[in-house]
Amino acid sequence: MIDFLTSFSPAFILIAAGVISAFMPSSRVRKVLLIASPALALVLINVIFYGQDANAFLGGKVSFAGIELTTMRIDILSIIWGYIFCLAGVLNGIFGLHEKCKITDTSALIYTGAGIGAVFAGDLITLFMFWELLALSSVFIVWRGGPKSYPAGMRYLAMHILSGVLLLAGLIIYGRATGGYAFNNIGIDAPGGKLMLLAFGIKAGFPLLHNWIQDAYPRSSVTGTVILSVFTTKLAIYALMRGFAGTEILIYIGAVMTVFPVFFAVLENDLRKVLSYSLNNQLGFMVCGIGIGSQLALNGVAAHVVVDILFKGLLFMSMGAVLHRVGTTKASELGGLFRSMPYTTLFCLVGAAAISAVPFFGGFVSKSMIIAAVFEEHHWVVFLMLLFASAGVLEHSGIKVPYFAFFAHDSGKRVKEAPWNMLAAMGIAAFLCIYLAMPGPFGGMQYLYGLLPSEVAGAAAFNPYTGDHMVFQMQIIMAAMFAFTLLKRIGLYPPERRAQILDSDWVYRRLGLSLLQWGSAMWTRLGAVITYALRGMFGNISKRLYQVFSPAGAFSQDAPSGISAVLIAGMLAAALFIVYFL
Amino acid sequence: MQLMSLFPEWILTHGSASLVVVPLMLAVLTALNPSAKIAWATVLAVTALCVFTSLGLLLQVISHGPIHYNMGGWQPPLGIGYYVDSLNAPILLLISVVAFLCTIYALPSVAAEVEPKKKGPFYAAFLISFAGLLGMVITADAFNVFVFLEVSSISTYVLVGMGASRDRRALTSSFNYLIMGSIGATFFVIGIGFLYMQTGTLNMMDIARVLQDIGPNDRVVQLAFAFIVIGLGLKLAMFPLHMWLPGAYAYAPSFFTAFLAATATKAALYLLLRFTFTVFDPSWDFVATALMILLAGLGILGMLASSLQAIFQNDLRRVLAYSSVAQVGYMLLGIGMATTLGLTAGYLHMINHAMMKGALFIAAGAFWYRFGITQVSDMRGLGKTMPWTMAGFTTAGIALIGVPGTAGFVSKLTLVRAAAENGWWWAIGVIVVTSILAIIYIGRIIEQAYFHPVPEINGKPVARNEAPYTMLIPLWIMALASVAFGINAEWTTSLAEAAAHVLDAGPNTVIPGAHDVMPVVPTVTGGH
Repeated sequence: MIDFLTSFSPAFILIAAGVISAFMPSSRVRKVLLIASPALALVLINVIFYGQDANAFLGGKVSFAGIELTTMRIDILSIIWGYIFCLAGVLNGIFGLHEKCKITDTSALIYTGAGIGAVFAGDLITLFMFWELLALSSVFIVWRGGPKSYPAGMRYLAMHILSGVLLLAGLIIYGRATGGYAFNNIGIDAPGGKLMLLAFGIKAGFPLLHNWIQDAYPRSSVTGTVILSVFTTKLAIYALMRGFAGTEILIYIGAVMTVFPVFFAVLENDLRKVLSYSLNNQLGFMVCGIGIGSQLALNGVAAHVVVDILFKGLLFMSMGAVLHRVGTTKASELGGLFRSMPYTTLFCLVGAAAISAVPFFGGFVSKSMIIAAVFEEHHWVVFLMLLFASAGVLEHSGIKVPYFAFFAHDSGKRVKEAPWNMLAAMGIAAFLCIYLAMPGPFGGMQYLYGLLPSEVAGAAAFNPYTGDHMVFQMQIIMAAMFAFTLLKRIGLYPPERRAQILDSDWVYRRLGLSLLQWGSAMWTRLGAVITYALRGMFGNISKRLYQVFSPAGAFSQDAPSGISAVLIAGMLAAALFIVYFL
Repeated sequence: MQLMSLFPEWILTHGSASLVVVPLMLAVLTALNPSAKIAWATVLAVTALCVFTSLGLLLQVISHGPIHYNMGGWQPPLGIGYYVDSLNAPILLLISVVAFLCTIYALPSVAAEVEPKKKGPFYAAFLISFAGLLGMVITADAFNVFVFLEVSSISTYVLVGMGASRDRRALTSSFNYLIMGSIGATFFVIGIGFLYMQTGTLNMMDIARVLQDIGPNDRVVQLAFAFIVIGLGLKLAMFPLHMWLPGAYAYAPSFFTAFLAATATKAALYLLLRFTFTVFDPSWDFVATALMILLAGLGILGMLASSLQAIFQNDLRRVLAYSSVAQVGYMLLGIGMATTLGLTAGYLHMINHAMMKGALFIAAGAFWYRFGITQVSDMRGLGKTMPWTMAGFTTAGIALIGVPGTAGFVSKLTLVRAAAENGWWWAIGVIVVTSILAIIYIGRIIEQAYFHPVPEINGKPVARNEAPYTMLIPLWIMALASVAFGINAEWTTSLAEAAAHVLDAGPNTVIPGAHDVMPVVPTVTGGH
């Protein structure tokens, strides 16, 4: 039994569970599958990896169209993602336990499976297949958000298909030039490298390619947003780390990514959208770390992915709980919820502290590694940008989200506390956020650091809990809190209100649409003009043909037989011309 | 061969002839038959027999090489010869299998769509059309090709016109098709005439042999080539000669649309391959230029224009029909590359597309059968009211888009690889763009079916009303085949590669005579 289960990628267990759940009428059985199959996958990853001695396990080989594919590569890098994806799958399952929806359950399972499969892909073709499956399965989750989410889902799908297509083009060029499809370090200068970087960049939310995140995520359902926030972007981080570690341009892309969402997030009214912007900002830290490419930076990125999935999931869960009970996450309509949802408030505050990198909370142990790596490499401008962004994160995710949802002016809403399963999922995530940041023999920091990919000069040597680190971080926190309080006092803080924020997606949502509509109108007119001209030109000839072929005149002049016949003659002339003269 | 021993001796010796003769003879009996049930059973038996026979022929070709069969024992080039090799054996099997599956589906579909009195003749016409397609593919005599082309075409016009009891527009479509199809056939026969004028023979291999002596610089040969390419281009719906196709597919009886879409253009495409690569010489300048400009160029144009047209259609069958024109563009693009990989891709797509389009049109017929739905906008809630039919439609639709793990992906990937090998990067761009367009026109339908509420009648949602098993079974066989050929593409790819090797070898000038008997197979001669 165990031999059979370990003979293929654990991803297929989840995908199979997804297919079963598509035909499973009982919601209870689906929920069991939803929680049990990621847990089983987690166990199997362990069994497979520690059942052998090498640093990397290669398996699940299949031959596809003459190319040998490695569908399962579990090594010290991919296993981190494997663990956290499985864990997130279990947490999402618990969080969504109350919801009876076949489509969400099915696509969540396949989506999780695709994420795990892509992380364990040993070659680019396998990666591409799961890459596409990830996009296709997740769009159904977006569409569960109601009628308004349909166009957003379409835009989401278009971006992801584009990403898949770029990846395919890149990998074909790469494969032809290098003669192999193995997925290792690619580098931006390799043939097809730029295309693949762009493909990964779309999924990672590079600046100006990021809009799908804020467009689609907040529009999904209560559980949908939580599920979506985990896999797609983190997979892109994995792919970047595997393929493009140390690519210098990523440092600057990452730095820009950390900074610009801050402004949007401060202005935004929908708190789930605020979190989506902050998701982008956290990804910026990771991309920046990948660009640095030193051992310390890469360790930082890996650690940050783990804790980010936990705390970002926790924050989305808490906002999901609010949405579930209150029916909105608009800052302008919330406030004072701490009275009726005390536990949710508490968990949200833990998540906020973790994302703000308060010492002894999740983000602190990982983000400081990335910032330290930037510091060591003497990228001063980038360092300052990251500092600004850290303060910004604190401002919008650390303070704004909990403040406007649970405190601020009382909205007068008195609702029930979140359901027990949501509290349980949030509780586990909150516990892990704290546990993994705790140093010392009873804390979990050693386990987190023990997991990191390169032990050489990295994890063991790095200690975030030094005096200057702590003081420095506290200064940032204090400064940001002070700024928030001050702006709030003197009334300069952007008030929470319903408003449209113009992001660069305006280019394709408004300008692009208008251009398309204009183009389509012009096309119709052009078509009409050409038809009119053609009719004039061929009128006489076609009339005669009509007289030949339709003596009764049963067909109106619009019937195309005559014109088609002329067209055929034209085609013959063209063919003759080609054959004779070219 | 173990499998070969399953086939009785007569199939291995006279299979080639019986493949054409049996359906033609039984067509007469069917036409006289008063009972629709018996007529249907006859057709089912004939198509089943043809599946069996063509499978036997394919296995024989794989194990022993090409089969020559002389009609009536007359030696070619005087007599008519039948010739089966790796290029046409898979197509024979494809046509037979699709015909068999469609016949299962015909029982409820024809009962609902064709006037009761005309059912016997309807089935007879179908058998003639079926025999004509098989004849076109199997014969090695150029004039015989024309005869069978007309046999299948004329019965096709009749069958399309019989859709009139469902929608009167079938009559104009049929007439339109009649005119264009006749022009195409005329062009083809003019081309054959020119060839006969220059070579003095009608046997394809003999023509190829004489053409090698004449060489590429003969104006009449060039003229013949142009006429044949355009004539066949019309039959295979090469853009912009496809204008007959959307109407014919949209208004023909559902059962016949499914058959037509999956087979007719493929048979014509096979003839194009046979003539350009094995009768003419692809290494000649004018053939090479025409391949690149005419086939690949028009293929690309067709992919783009027809995919766009498919998006704006509201009639479900018209969407699928325009998509067919676009898919023919993919095949032409692969063929136009004229490399082994390109030809493999084109041929592979031909097989895969037959499965996918067959399933899609069967499902479209089922929607009409249960709810009278022909428009995309009426498909709201079909995911709930006809879950199994819609699931089959979705499966085939996903394969048509080319999602990884389906047959469409395998053939598109091969095509992309072929284009990359040629350095045609722009072609890859077009493939990608049209795949995205395919997502839109298929996605639009799937979205209607799954994400809109079930329509209500008198305040109550419409009840579930699944298609009968006779429709579901062929639908799912084809839909699953289009997935299975994506997961395990080995069999289809090996067939396509074998076909590509036949084409790669260039003109086939071996005429079987008394003196060059194939070493392994005994010379097969029929009916003394």
